[in-house]
Amino acid sequence: MTNSALALPEPVAGALKRRPLVQRYAPIATIVLVLIAVWYVAAVLMNLSLVRDGFEREETPYTVSDLLAGTMSAERPLLPAPHQVISGFADSVFGYSPMAPRSLVYHSAVTLSATLLGFALGALLGIALALMIVHSRVLAKSLLPWIICSQMVPILALAPIFIVALGAMGLQGLLPKAIISAYLCFFPIAIGMVKGLNASDPMQLDLMRTWSATPRQVLSKLRWPSAIPFLFASLKVAISISLIGAIVAELPTGGEAGIGARLLAGSYYGQTIQIWTALLAAALLASGLIGLVDIAEKITGLRMGARP
Amino acid sequence: MNPRQLRLGFILATAGMLLALVLPVSGEAAVSWSARPIAPALMLAAALLFATSAWSGGSKAVALGLAGALCGAATTLVMLADPAIAGSAAAGFWAIVLAVWLAAALCVMQLATIRPRAELVRRALDLAVPLLFGAVVFYLWEVVVRGFGVSPVIMPAPSAAAARFAASLPILGGDFVQTFVRGVLIGYVIGCGAGLLVAIVAQRFEFLGRGLLPLGNFFSALPLVGVAPIMVMWFGFDWPSKAAVVTLVTFFPMLVNALAGLSSAGHMERDLMRSYGADHRQTLIKLYLPAALPFIFNALKINATLALIGAIVAEFFGTPTQGIGFRISTEAGRMAIDMVWAEIALAAIAGMAFYGLVALAERATTFWHPSYRT
Amino acid sequence: MVVLPINIPRCANIVRANRIGVCEYLPMASQMRRSLKPDRPGDTLLADERELFVARIEPGRIMGNKADAAREPVPTSHRLAVDVRNVSLTFATGDGKVEALSNVSLQIADGEFVSFIGPSGCGKTTMLRVIADLQQPTSGTLLVNGMSAEQARLERRYGYVFQAPALFPWRTIEKNLKLPLEIMGFSSSEQKQRAARYLALVNLTGFELKYPWQLSGGMQQRVSIARALSFDPALLLMDEPFGALDEIVRDHLNEQLLQLWDKTGKTVLFVTHSIPEAVFLSTKIVVMSPRPGRIVDVIDCSFPRDRTLEVRESPEFLKIAQRVRAGLRAGHSYDE
Repeated sequence: MTNSALALPEPVAGALKRRPLVQRYAPIATIVLVLIAVWYVAAVLMNLSLVRDGFEREETPYTVSDLLAGTMSAERPLLPAPHQVISGFADSVFGYSPMAPRSLVYHSAVTLSATLLGFALGALLGIALALMIVHSRVLAKSLLPWIICSQMVPILALAPIFIVALGAMGLQGLLPKAIISAYLCFFPIAIGMVKGLNASDPMQLDLMRTWSATPRQVLSKLRWPSAIPFLFASLKVAISISLIGAIVAELPTGGEAGIGARLLAGSYYGQTIQIWTALLAAALLASGLIGLVDIAEKITGLRMGARP
Repeated sequence: MNPRQLRLGFILATAGMLLALVLPVSGEAAVSWSARPIAPALMLAAALLFATSAWSGGSKAVALGLAGALCGAATTLVMLADPAIAGSAAAGFWAIVLAVWLAAALCVMQLATIRPRAELVRRALDLAVPLLFGAVVFYLWEVVVRGFGVSPVIMPAPSAAAARFAASLPILGGDFVQTFVRGVLIGYVIGCGAGLLVAIVAQRFEFLGRGLLPLGNFFSALPLVGVAPIMVMWFGFDWPSKAAVVTLVTFFPMLVNALAGLSSAGHMERDLMRSYGADHRQTLIKLYLPAALPFIFNALKINATLALIGAIVAEFFGTPTQGIGFRISTEAGRMAIDMVWAEIALAAIAGMAFYGLVALAERATTFWHPSYRT
Repeated sequence: MVVLPINIPRCANIVRANRIGVCEYLPMASQMRRSLKPDRPGDTLLADERELFVARIEPGRIMGNKADAAREPVPTSHRLAVDVRNVSLTFATGDGKVEALSNVSLQIADGEFVSFIGPSGCGKTTMLRVIADLQQPTSGTLLVNGMSAEQARLERRYGYVFQAPALFPWRTIEKNLKLPLEIMGFSSSEQKQRAARYLALVNLTGFELKYPWQLSGGMQQRVSIARALSFDPALLLMDEPFGALDEIVRDHLNEQLLQLWDKTGKTVLFVTHSIPEAVFLSTKIVVMSPRPGRIVDVIDCSFPRDRTLEVRESPEFLKIAQRVRAGLRAGHSYDE
């Protein structure tokens, strides 16, 4: 018993599949399309009883196609169809002037300003704390366990207290939200930077010792550059947490402006599409911000000689 | 820190204590020492202990210094019981507080620099230093709030919060069961389980994996707690909507980490299984899953915190009658801040216990990973 | 859902089901599904049932108890352990085609110790991986123990030892040894016996409950060799197993490997880039050269089977080493 020649046949069909661009994006595109299809089906199924009740209440005759059309365009659907969300989003963004209280751009700007301010404050504080911890053994042993413990505590639960306390002290508006965001993102940045500053290669640290480098020189020439990847990783985490903090901070006082306020208002008045458009805006903000940090990381990497 | 600085510090502390005997203790009417003799007695004892510790050195200084700090702290707490002092404390009082703070800080610094050789002593010190630091912070918080008479709306004293905690245990218990047992645990189990299963399927079919990984990364960065109002609309006000939020929040980190873990088995090990003629199910159980355990536990730890946050924030959006988030937002609205702090303490304890359990389980099952053997 | 064995005459199924009753037949049939993967020991087959389930495919594929297969005499037409004829392997890279193997032919008899030696890129590892069915050739034929490489892999006819020990860090040494036995379905008492026996064979008794990181590199590699032998394969394929170890440990392990080969009588295919190691261990040395990968020379050695390291200073040893080096030079292995 022998095997015949095991020559592999030349692939003729499927040449399209081997083009790098298609190969890279085909899986994601397929899954996204499948998810959207499932979304449509779910929208029909979930809104069906709502629409049918509506028709029967008005005692109008309806056909199956009427029902289907109804599920796709209900005013207060249980699950809005994708095109409803997109058109609602387009309306809120382009339908009003950017400063109008109904415009989604206005609300996003409010939340964004709190996020960015909080992120900047938190990043500065976190990096400063990390630098102190790395250089002082006392601080490291006494503070670091508390910082690690604070990661396990649901800090977001403190948001209402902060708002109330700061409100009693007379601070309102942008600043309390920014302080909450700063408080939330300062811990991950501190821990990430501590890890990064301690992650330098021991051989390179020894080399600096043979050159009698001062701690400042070791920091600026060795520790800080080796900590950059850790810094960007924790910045990405911090900016998404900062956004969540800004949104949650708008809840307790029944705030009037911001994405969190829109979410709350939508849930109180049963405006489903308003909730979904606010969520879409939050998602776009989050991915936009993380994309910005990503671009910053790539630029820094290229300038530091990383492989493109 | 060198012995001279230590000595100098304790001398300053002694001076502070003695100064307090002379300076006015309260902004209001003069307080007579005879009415409460225990206060000056403790102050003298503290001053004596500081002086002795300045004179001796090394670890004896630390022990004496701690004892002195304790006496000083007791003095201030006793003094605060006097309504004339609480709310309008003056220079003498603050001199004691500063002396206690200085002594405690010196002890912490000295303890942190000791490097004992015995393993047990080292572990005890690693616990003692942060605990001491925390105790000092809590003491200062208590003393400053009560001494300055800070309004309890802005910041209640830890003792008030603790008293409220002890007094409202039934309410806290009900909140805990509603939020943690029903919302967090159920959502956590479903979310992490689903994430793991989808990751296993996605690793089997490479096309699915390549599509799901970027999507999972994208979704884990989004503020998913924002879906709470939608979940309330679908599942009602009670705990199922909170569990749904927790499920969603924990699904994506688990998916991303489990996918990374399942692909982390080395080429050599995979060839080895192929040379044994093992089918996919055997390779999954014997190679891919054990190799993925460190990644899975990383996700479980992240999710432990995320789940609690998700449940509490979801309750901010609406809950019938109980729950940690519900209690926090309503009591904050009523300005009963000490109850809010009691709830936060409950959430903190629950969060740390949950995380600690997961970390213990991780230790038991992934002891073999190089990160434990450095 | 029970899948009935597919290559059994239907009447045999019906007869059997009638004879022993359907309730007894169905569980046996579901077990038979698994035994379609050959050589799965421990199956609860009755002796007179075995003939009913002989597959009508290739003669090499005999199902039933693994012990039976081991006791059967090797058919004379399959005396060659490895038969390679005109095998080529070309793969496309970014800079064009690379001929890893170009028209390689080789016959290896049972019980030989064959070394493959050559510089990096000459195709010796590729040759080993092709024999192990970890890679497929683009042309040519290949028989391992009289069957195709894939069947040899599915029937677990060889054990593979990699450059690194590749032990699973979450299993103790004993459980690492039991890994292939678990996959192949040995009973747990048999697993325990074999693990103890092969651990003793590599002189590591007493280390059963240790974890891999608690052992030195040399000891880990010995465990890897014991693991490859634990299921009694006819063939042992070793890809530079001692490359990562220092010279002294290497010499010691060379001696141990020789004694192992002498005791067990397996066919060993050994890839190395050390000339003294190749000449010391082998009965046959295959010298290969790169670009394209091909065999330059096949040298027979006939040192006594109980040789020690001192043989490395003997004149016959040096002559063979010189011949190997000449072959390497002829294959341009020493050029830039």
